[in-house]
Amino acid sequence: MSIRGTSAIVGAAQLDTFKTDGKSPVGLMAVAVNRALADAGLTLADVDGLFTASSYYAFPTLTLAEYLGIHPRHMDSTALGGCSFIAQLGHAAAAIQAGLCDVAVVAYGSTQRTDAGKLVSMAESSPYEQPYGLIHPIGAFGMVAQRHMAQYGTTSEQLAQYAVSAREWALLTDTAPYPTPLTVDEVLNSGVITSPLHKLDCCLVTDGGAAVVLVSAERARDLRDNPVYLLGSGEAVNHRNVSQMPDLTATEAARSSQRALQMAGVTLDQIDTAHVYDAFTISLLVLLEDLGFCAKGEGGAFVENGNLAPGGSLALNTNGAGLAQVHPGMLGMFLIIEAVQQLRGDAGRRQVPDARLSLVHGMGLTLAAHATAVLSTQPEP
Amino acid sequence: MSAPTRPPITPRGEEKVFFDRLREHKLVFQRCAGCSHAVFPLRTVCPHCFGESLDLERAAGTGTVYSFTAQARASHPFFAADVPYTLVLVDLDEGVRVFANLVDCPPDDVSVGMPVEAVFDDVEPELTLLRFRPVSIEEQS
Ligand SMILES: [Zn+2]
Repeated sequence: MSIRGTSAIVGAAQLDTFKTDGKSPVGLMAVAVNRALADAGLTLADVDGLFTASSYYAFPTLTLAEYLGIHPRHMDSTALGGCSFIAQLGHAAAAIQAGLCDVAVVAYGSTQRTDAGKLVSMAESSPYEQPYGLIHPIGAFGMVAQRHMAQYGTTSEQLAQYAVSAREWALLTDTAPYPTPLTVDEVLNSGVITSPLHKLDCCLVTDGGAAVVLVSAERARDLRDNPVYLLGSGEAVNHRNVSQMPDLTATEAARSSQRALQMAGVTLDQIDTAHVYDAFTISLLVLLEDLGFCAKGEGGAFVENGNLAPGGSLALNTNGAGLAQVHPGMLGMFLIIEAVQQLRGDAGRRQVPDARLSLVHGMGLTLAAHATAVLSTQPEP
Repeated sequence: MSAPTRPPITPRGEEKVFFDRLREHKLVFQRCAGCSHAVFPLRTVCPHCFGESLDLERAAGTGTVYSFTAQARASHPFFAADVPYTLVLVDLDEGVRVFANLVDCPPDDVSVGMPVEAVFDDVEPELTLLRFRPVSIEEQS
């Protein structure tokens, strides 16, 4: 028994992906839920499965259910950091298959940009890290980058090249927050925040709300002519605090993606678009290696020469993702939305022709938790 | 406006054992009686064999830098006067990895693999923190 192809995304929406207009985090979630349901041709009354995670609310599913005024019969607040929602796609599919719910909504909302400077994390800090002044998470990623450079000869120019490529993709959207091209020199001159990472090696800080609606594959065909099927799902976890990460340059992304691809019955070379968590240039490089898009240690060389820019060898993060489009604390939900756009053929100037199979990969915390989803225009590989 | 105060830490359980030993200027780890693996941070259950007999051992305090970062920004206003400051992950000679600051070393002089030694910084009567400093070539020989 497998959840392969048994459920599909039939509604998707995102809003206020740079700055909000007077909405709270839960308000953003609620609007996104309503719009995703409208996109699916459903209403709030149909929702009986609710999935969310949050940096704002200790019990986010309860907060959202109360705000929406609904009484779901299945709830999931799986907290894996930014990849939570990608994991929740698999949880929702399993719940639908098991009959625990029929219409599952996965939602996220954050006003991180509006809250700039104010703490928007509930995470408890480690007594082994916090007294020494580590900035979570960027200090940890500085350590990852230093180790990757020492071990593999990765350079700051190579890291910067990814930021440049992400900006090029963002320029193909109508919503790029910084609508001008970026150069490697601009990244290198943007000031070191925590060596060797510069300001422009880091994701944007934005607001944003997003939601998707999942139903069974059978019901999906009645709702719309282009459902996006969940073919594969995988999760893995390694550590909680960076000081306990066994190897700073290797992650469990390899495991979560293998599980998802194996469930889907597809291989990496069949993937048309990839949507990979890019909180920092270095985290993207490490994940590309662990996912198998290039060999371990060769992430730097892989991003050179515009390989990841529009027209390159891999259609990666086709809306600019966290580095150039949207990053409200947790990115996973927005990676899913962009994959859905591509698979529906709704991606406008950035559309990858005939995109049929997408891989969505998220991490949580400092390369600690991982979730991978394989999405498809067809219920069979 | 008063000066920022140190962000409080609340070690509990095994963490408290570690910080209590730091106050005695002892850097400790555990050795599992069942499988003899070195274990850090301190645990109640061995992550290698799941045994519950873990003996406290004192580390020599010497090791090498596994990785580092020099932060140009502080994590908290209390640390603002210290920037840039360097954070290190150190592989101790006993085979465990610990996190602390590197002192007595300009950020540009740090490198992966650099030999370091532990120092104990009594920052408050009730709180001692771990630092590392470079081991000079002369001291090594
Ligand atoms: Zn043991």
